[in-house]
Amino acid sequence: MTQLAARPLPAEIRAAQDDIEARARSYGLDFFPTIFEVVDYEEMSMLAAFGGFPVRYPHWRFGAEYDELTKGYAYGLQKIYEMVINTDPCYAYLLAANALGDQKLVIAHVYGHCDFFKNNAWFAPTNRRMLDEMANHAARVNRYCDRFGSDAVELFIDACLSLEDLIDPHAPHIKRLPTPEDERASKKSKDEESKYDLKFPSKGYMDSFINPPEVIERQSRERQQKQQEKEDNRSFPEEPMRDVLLFLLEHAPLKDWQRDILAIVRDEAYYFAPQGQTKIMNEGWASYWHSTIMTRHGLTDAEVVDYADHHSGTMATSANRLNPYKLGIELFRDIEERWNKGQFGAEYEECDDLAAKEKWDKGLGLGREKIFDVRRIHNDVTFIDSFLTPEFCIKHKFFSFAYNDQSNYYEIVSRDFPQIKQQLLNSLTNHGRPFMYVVDGNYRNRGELFLKHKYQGVELKLDYARDTLANLQRLWLRPVHVETIVDDKPTIISFDGSQHEIKQK
Amino acid sequence: MARSIDRDLGRFKQILRGKVRENLRKYITHGEMIGRTGRELVSIPVPAIDIPHFRHGQKGSGGVAQGEGDVGQPIGKGQGQDGDGQGQAGDQPGSHIREVEISFEELADMLGEALELPRIEPKGKDSLESRKDRYTSIRQTGPDSLRHFKRTFKRALKRQVTLDNYNYENPVVIPMREDERFRSWKTVTEPESNAAVIYIMDVSGSMTDDQKEIVRMESFWIDTWLKRQYDGVQRRYIVHDAAAHEVDEDTFYRTRESGGTRISSAYQVAWQIITRDFPPSDWNIYCFQFSDGDNWGEDNESCLKTLTANLLPCSNLFCYGQVESPYGSGDYIRELRKVVDKFDNLILSEIEGKEAIYDSIKEFLGTGK
Repeated sequence: MTQLAARPLPAEIRAAQDDIEARARSYGLDFFPTIFEVVDYEEMSMLAAFGGFPVRYPHWRFGAEYDELTKGYAYGLQKIYEMVINTDPCYAYLLAANALGDQKLVIAHVYGHCDFFKNNAWFAPTNRRMLDEMANHAARVNRYCDRFGSDAVELFIDACLSLEDLIDPHAPHIKRLPTPEDERASKKSKDEESKYDLKFPSKGYMDSFINPPEVIERQSRERQQKQQEKEDNRSFPEEPMRDVLLFLLEHAPLKDWQRDILAIVRDEAYYFAPQGQTKIMNEGWASYWHSTIMTRHGLTDAEVVDYADHHSGTMATSANRLNPYKLGIELFRDIEERWNKGQFGAEYEECDDLAAKEKWDKGLGLGREKIFDVRRIHNDVTFIDSFLTPEFCIKHKFFSFAYNDQSNYYEIVSRDFPQIKQQLLNSLTNHGRPFMYVVDGNYRNRGELFLKHKYQGVELKLDYARDTLANLQRLWLRPVHVETIVDDKPTIISFDGSQHEIKQK
Repeated sequence: MARSIDRDLGRFKQILRGKVRENLRKYITHGEMIGRTGRELVSIPVPAIDIPHFRHGQKGSGGVAQGEGDVGQPIGKGQGQDGDGQGQAGDQPGSHIREVEISFEELADMLGEALELPRIEPKGKDSLESRKDRYTSIRQTGPDSLRHFKRTFKRALKRQVTLDNYNYENPVVIPMREDERFRSWKTVTEPESNAAVIYIMDVSGSMTDDQKEIVRMESFWIDTWLKRQYDGVQRRYIVHDAAAHEVDEDTFYRTRESGGTRISSAYQVAWQIITRDFPPSDWNIYCFQFSDGDNWGEDNESCLKTLTANLLPCSNLFCYGQVESPYGSGDYIRELRKVVDKFDNLILSEIEGKEAIYDSIKEFLGTGK
């Protein structure tokens, strides 16, 4: 395996980069040093298949992705313009065959992403040395392949990847489990508590009256009994746990190398999670900046038509798919305009005069500042929740659609603001994927694993659920179960290592 | 440059091929599963191979999009009962079928492996030679279309450097007449073993479309196998009812006639083709006959006569596949059974339905002839 050959950047691209970098800084964008490399389409596809990294652990799914990308390009169906990864320094790749105008657009776009990576709170816990980390992962997995055979390793990775999204994307930001120190502290106080609180304070000669020994004894017996009961009923894990992978790491009967591979898959899943959580904002922010920089400074006369063509191609909307670039850039622009004109706050909200609202302009000029704040603290869900307005939905012709299982068509359901917003938030929450929790790691007291699907109106895709369950069983070894809703009825799907069982609860 | 993706890509292709191999029986018995067939490659749709995750189904799913339209207006078709959900905003399109492109050679190898077919020992290897032109050499004259640009350029450069005509500042290289070099060919003769395959099908009223479909699928696999074994395979097609005609491939599978059945007429035509086009000393001749076995009773005798006297002695194999038909009596195979012991190159097989194609191919080609 060889690394990509390091090639010096062509002089004109270098010049464009310097120019755009200075422009970006002058607008207040703040990014890690950014290294551009020019690659051909095959290399670009390879990098894209690897999630932006030059080296990943060996697995066929990268090959499948690559196959699809190169074929898509060969048949003229798709083209990747750029690729940038969240590391320090940031690496970004430019497609060699692009014209200079396109390269400029991409460079400006990339600086937008870099700024977002560095400043958005959701990216704060990610490892900025991921390039090295990925290479380490690859080296470790390669070593396991040599020692235990590629087939065994591949089979195991398949099973892990099947579960890779069963993580808790908020975990890096919230402390969910008590650390050992917390536990020690709380235990100490509990011990002291139990000794004293049974007795009322009393003088020595009154003690047997105020605290009759038999009562004390009875009380302490009762307390012990309660404690015992609590121990008996204690569930494992104590609270439903969203980080299924962590639970498996800690409790599944894995060999050392298997545990290490599972940890690798989990690490990488956590690394990529913020990109899923901020797709609309990230692309919107980058598009906002490429559009700002290009239209005000970057373009030469000759490049205007190509730029307009490519920009509008990226922003194209379609009736059955939401374009995150379009939604993101328009929402950022909308926020900028509203804060420039002062269209926010109680006074504006409570104004009933539509004409006055439309003309509302206090000339505050806070827009730029506001969008920088927004890009720092929000993710897609909070972004939409805070800033989507009815006026915006009408202006951009949003509607919500749903699947009609009678006609087997997706149909427009509503153009009402609350419904659109609700639907949009639903599909963004957890990336539109089902919430799964570990509820019991010792189900029926037989060491079986019990997961629960938090039903939110959409049922699981059954064939996938069955296959995923089989993969889960390969890690847990004992039978595994998942509780969900099938055809509107609570159902438990089980897999015991040889066959599936589906029964209504 | 070896890239790290090559390993993953190679492994992925291997997995796809493995899928084809695993399901070969299904592909053999369900002809419609074979996709486009090109000259050298056949593309086979393989159900998408992906990693399962817990995902939302289609039922109850929905999303948000932009555009015109009234409430209730359909915007896109769902994907049937087990289709992918489109619940995610801006997510990828649903899963799709991947096509694996496999060369006929590889397909034939898979077939051979699955059916445990022996390799064919061709006859006439030395007696038949073919001439081929190969562009392997260089000469000083020739047409412009064959000019070897790189060599010409190099010679011009060499000349200019030696004559000190070459200017590094302005590196212009002008080839002259004597610098020019042209590609040239050599004619080589190669021994070749060729096979002629003659397909005979009964198109009398009693053969239905289902039976023809069986014949079409079986002959596809026979072709694939024989092409792998021989350098050149020529195919001829004969249809017959009471009279026989030589037809092209397309007509062969489409003709539907009515009327009686006189198999001997087809044998006559086959014998004519062989004597005219394929001298048995140079050619490996294969005859595959498909019928529902409902022959005109008095014709049987003359059939056997042509078969034993002419066709069987000159053929590597003569295979008779009797397709079960709701109308046919199926008598003909009994007639052939009378002589089957005397000729080890006569193979008889009864094909009850699509599922039997697999075993029938094995019977036909399992002899290694």
